[in-house]
Amino acid sequence: MPVDTDANWLWLFEWFEYTTPGIVVRESVWLFPVIEAVHLLGLCLLGGAVLVVDLRMLGLGLKRQTIAELAANLRPWLVGAVVLMFVTGLLLFLSEAVKCYYSQSFLVKMIALPVALIFTFTVRERVAATGGLQLSPWTRLVAAASMLLWFTVAAAGRWIGFS
Amino acid sequence: MLESVAEWTGNLPWSIALRESYYVWPLMESAHVLTLGLFVGTAIVTDLRLLGWTMQQIPVSAVTSRLLPWTRLGFAGMAITGILLVFGNPLRYYHNLFFRVKVILLIVAAINVFVFHRGIHRRVAEWDLDPDLPRQAWLAGAVSLGVWSLIVVAGRMIAYNWFECAIQPQPDFVNWFAQCALEQ
Repeated sequence: MPVDTDANWLWLFEWFEYTTPGIVVRESVWLFPVIEAVHLLGLCLLGGAVLVVDLRMLGLGLKRQTIAELAANLRPWLVGAVVLMFVTGLLLFLSEAVKCYYSQSFLVKMIALPVALIFTFTVRERVAATGGLQLSPWTRLVAAASMLLWFTVAAAGRWIGFS
Repeated sequence: MLESVAEWTGNLPWSIALRESYYVWPLMESAHVLTLGLFVGTAIVTDLRLLGWTMQQIPVSAVTSRLLPWTRLGFAGMAITGILLVFGNPLRYYHNLFFRVKVILLIVAAINVFVFHRGIHRRVAEWDLDPDLPRQAWLAGAVSLGVWSLIVVAGRMIAYNWFECAIQPQPDFVNWFAQCALEQ
């Protein structure tokens, strides 16, 4: 569905689409699928790195370890997954920027993604880094919010492909 | 034989309804993809522990016993949505090259799970916190990580029609492997 606003950014998305990586990915038969598959592998890693800590913050999973211990161990993998997804996601976006401009799912994802990232690396990180064996309602709330945010990002991301 | 089962299934009213549904199909596909985060996600964390790349100070048995229920739950979600997707379009998947590759890889992954749990994992108490993990444990983690990654990639590629039987000519190998019915 076209998003028509007074501030028209279409020219910018057209510019994105004609950047060199955008053209290269679009004109190749196999580059888009391969990058998309790597993007999906990034989702698997991100899912694991996020969920194992979130589950722990809900009192599930690795209950005998402190929240801080799990978070510290999985943090490099979380960062790695975010970087992998960002690089592959950017390439996918550049190859079909104009389609994304008209996609409501893309808009939802681009709103949810920064919120999820900021929340993860500020509020959640602080709560997780000091989290011991005991849980508080606040810890549970942060974990639930984290799951909900990342779910929204992933679901909206998947839905871009259907439009 | 399998082909006639696929054909018969594909003609069931529920299969046709699923295939032609406007929302149910994409929702199912989305559920299948998003569940990867739980299933492959928790499996990857376990694999990384077996490789000694994370949570080295946490016993392997803690990881396998506390995370495995979540991996199983994720697998149940993947299996249910996956079977429904196949049910909705059986003939297409039956002759899809990537689907066949995926099935073979799933069997390899299952053998790896079986070998690990029947083998070295039974004696996990003996090497729970070893800095140098037994070779079989390390290998199980490496195989799991590699094979599940390939399964994800193969699964994603099913959507593309490069090797579809209906699009000829295809290399002989493709027609043989996907059992394409060719007109003489």
